[in-house]
Amino acid sequence: MALSKAQVARYSRQLILPEVGVSGQNRLSEASVLVIGAGGLGSPVLFYLSAAGVGRIGVIDADAVAWSNLHRQTLYETPDVGRPKAVVAAERIRRLNPEISVEAIEGRFDAANAKDLVSRWHMVIDGSDNFATRYLANDACVLANRFLVHGGVVNFQGQVMSVRPRQSACYRCVFPEPPAVGSVPSCQEAGVLGAEAGLIGSLMAHEALKAILGVGEPLLNRLVVFDGRLSRFREVPVRRNPDCAVCGEHPTINAIQSIESAPTCAG
Amino acid sequence: MAITVRIPTPLQRLTNGQGEVACEGKNVSDLLGDLDRRYPGVKERICDETGKLRRFVNVFVNEEDIRFLQGDQTAVKDGDEVSIIPAIAGG
Repeated sequence: MALSKAQVARYSRQLILPEVGVSGQNRLSEASVLVIGAGGLGSPVLFYLSAAGVGRIGVIDADAVAWSNLHRQTLYETPDVGRPKAVVAAERIRRLNPEISVEAIEGRFDAANAKDLVSRWHMVIDGSDNFATRYLANDACVLANRFLVHGGVVNFQGQVMSVRPRQSACYRCVFPEPPAVGSVPSCQEAGVLGAEAGLIGSLMAHEALKAILGVGEPLLNRLVVFDGRLSRFREVPVRRNPDCAVCGEHPTINAIQSIESAPTCAG
Repeated sequence: MAITVRIPTPLQRLTNGQGEVACEGKNVSDLLGDLDRRYPGVKERICDETGKLRRFVNVFVNEEDIRFLQGDQTAVKDGDEVSIIPAIAGG
């Protein structure tokens, strides 16, 4: 499809990349992505995906904007405190790029809606803030065969990996089970610098755009780990686990089931 | 020469802020024991009360996941690099 003058102007700095061009721009506009969590990771993800012209974006989040969000969740401004994040985030990225379609889903990503939700999008980006949602997102993406970009950040540590179900290691192949409720110490010392969440979220957005465009190599079977104290990225190879409960040879998770886990802070 | 153990940032407060520490041992189980003697409290964050590696924590010896080697009996030697990588959920 030919681009309008306004589109050429808006996207010119990526259109001139040989890896993008008009055909790449069309791929972006035909793509649909569900972003789970509109927080510290979801903010840059939603910003860069909408700015790049990803045609259909869904954002699910159950929370309202809190004061404690403002140091890292760059979609929100002080007057937004108290308003539903999914709604504010959708408004914000619609203003950024009125050409795309944005669906705000106010609510929790849970066992009841997970599979149905992920099935409605080509790709899923997990920027949630708790283990239960992360394992659920992974299981739903494996079962519905959706490309997943996973990222997490806490306490100067960040991680990113992508999952192409049944072709590359899934999150559960790497980390078989979430921490049980009560099995990890409380999270009093958890915290994060806003810029680190932005860094990991930007890497996730970059990973998604690359995958849509078919540029380069996605983070399949590779877990990128960022040590924010040393400002050092490392990469460890990961692989499919034949005993994986969801994508292994004899899966025990064949339908979405709800997951109980400790909240954010393992390790 | 010893074995270099990379500590995930959430546990670095137990290692005096160090991201890499030197430990000794002939296998991973030994090594984690030595790590805990030097920096008390680290092991319980990595292993459960029976001493088994927690299911949301991975240990890599020279970039190979020990679950695909011999688990905590995986041999280590001077000069090896061991990374401890827990799942993290924050966003």
